[in-house]
Amino acid sequence: MKYHVLEKENIDCFIKSLSKKMKVYAPVKKGNNNYAFEEVKSSKEISMDYIPTILPPKKYFMPQKEKMLDFDLSAKEPVDTPSLDVEEIALFGVHTCDLAGIQCLNIVFNERPRDYNFLLRKEKVFIIGLECNKYCDSYASCALVNSHLPNGGFDLFFTDIGDRYIINVNTQKGEDFIESIGLPKANERDLSGVDKIRDEKRKIFKNEIDVEPQKIPEMFEKVYNSKLWEKVGEKCLSCGNCTNVCPTCYCFDMEDMINLDLKTGARVRTWDSCQFETFATVAGGENFREERSLRQRHRVYRKFKFPVDRFNRFFCTGCGRCSRTCMAGINLKEILKEVAEEAKF
Amino acid sequence: MDIKNSNWKIRKAKIINAKQMTKTEKWFDIQLSDGELDHEPGQFVQVELFGIGEVPISICSSPTKKGSFELTVRAAGKVTREMHKLDKGDFIAIRGPFGRPFPVKTMFGNDLLFVAGGLGIAPLRSLINYVMDNRREFGKVDILLGTKSPKDMLFSDEIGKWSKRLDVNFACTVDRAEPDWKGNVGLITSLIPGVNLNPERTYAVVVGPPIMYKFVIAELLKKKIPERHIVLSLERHMKCGMGKCGHCQIDHPKNYYCCKDGPTFTYDEVKDAKKL
Repeated sequence: MKYHVLEKENIDCFIKSLSKKMKVYAPVKKGNNNYAFEEVKSSKEISMDYIPTILPPKKYFMPQKEKMLDFDLSAKEPVDTPSLDVEEIALFGVHTCDLAGIQCLNIVFNERPRDYNFLLRKEKVFIIGLECNKYCDSYASCALVNSHLPNGGFDLFFTDIGDRYIINVNTQKGEDFIESIGLPKANERDLSGVDKIRDEKRKIFKNEIDVEPQKIPEMFEKVYNSKLWEKVGEKCLSCGNCTNVCPTCYCFDMEDMINLDLKTGARVRTWDSCQFETFATVAGGENFREERSLRQRHRVYRKFKFPVDRFNRFFCTGCGRCSRTCMAGINLKEILKEVAEEAKF
Repeated sequence: MDIKNSNWKIRKAKIINAKQMTKTEKWFDIQLSDGELDHEPGQFVQVELFGIGEVPISICSSPTKKGSFELTVRAAGKVTREMHKLDKGDFIAIRGPFGRPFPVKTMFGNDLLFVAGGLGIAPLRSLINYVMDNRREFGKVDILLGTKSPKDMLFSDEIGKWSKRLDVNFACTVDRAEPDWKGNVGLITSLIPGVNLNPERTYAVVVGPPIMYKFVIAELLKKKIPERHIVLSLERHMKCGMGKCGHCQIDHPKNYYCCKDGPTFTYDEVKDAKKL
């Protein structure tokens, strides 16, 4: 592991050097305690102290609307051209919960048949993480899923130790950039500063549900047919906000869009939501997940049970966005507490 | 990794024959421009009509038929209605084949009981014709077929041939008869008690509308056929075919993707699903 130092007064220099090479996206304050990843040119625009952004950085890996193919209708035979229009970008200030989210998507889209769009897009993203020194708000549950500490998934990772940032270099790409701007190496005192921050964090970031993470899938096995899902379903408005803001939700729809020339068009992938009423409906009219309660149950199981069976990890990063954004006040942490209670854990 | 080889890329295909089978079902014989489809019985393809959309359709021909493959399409939605307007000589775009096929090899040496309801005969036909072409590999073969009325019967010429074969026991029934109908009238479940079978060495392969499964499976279990010997093909909206888009996930503790883990399942795998 290599560590470098950036004095706080030089952060603007860092951002400007980076933005000379590629577009830089970072958390920007939007008012009412809302933040969003947006393009920045200087450090003044960046909010270094932010709670999870409205949308997670997945929008840079799997855009809300993404062209998968161009097609030409004027030919007698079908003609298609898979295309990808993507430039090199940097994501600055990604919290550990969102790094975990990107890792989850990476696993899914690497599974065969692989998704070339996601995988090629991700190669173009330079990821710079940023450690949370304090707990963001009561919606978060990052300590439960252990995403409050860095677990890879970045090129560079910033930890604020007071007067300076300690930068953990994780990739050659990261190393090359650090060398190009000539940052000094961290010394013993700097590294112990990082350790001190982590020790402090262990005191603040406590397992929110008080259930051992390894036991969570077992806990969910017991409540599959519980009445608690009906209670959640009664509140739910099926708006799809929770899945849109989720850093690991990737369900999608495909749509054919025809251009104004009526000859050419594109197959477009758009975000979809398992919370929408017709999500599991087939053309014959049968709806295989008609009840809101079952759709909510499906969402939660896709975070804590199904991905554990399949990929041996949670697809909840504890960011708290789903609860923060829910208009009906459905709170994931409360659901987890109820599940634990009912399963007698 | 080159985007030109994206898994979303289509295979060009030409309709070399087509026939309106009933008011709502049309049959297509399709040839790919890049060679064989190379599928197995029970798999499906995605049919794309550029500018309209894409639909998953079961392959209804056996892989033993070379050179082309067949689809039977019910006009049920936007894309399938548009597809009904296509004819011999027209081109379509294909992705696939996708899905876990019927467990053909594990069925070798066993007796087979096919139960098809309505359009369920389409995916099942890929397996029935495979069995007919490899008849020696299997024991006794029973085919039970149910349709709404005699005029809704699909593949009637072919079914006529099956019914005349000495190595196949064939029975069919209609929900509503017409004056010239000489066969059985009633639900398909009424045919099961009459089948003479050895449950331990029988595989029952059942394909039909969701409503049919519950009742047919109850009859098969009464016959003592083991749950893992009852094979189903489930219907869901497979939008990507690659186990990603999420639409086809089954409401089951195991959250199977119907497109990748299925569409064929044994009953013991999916019996906890809310709807089959």
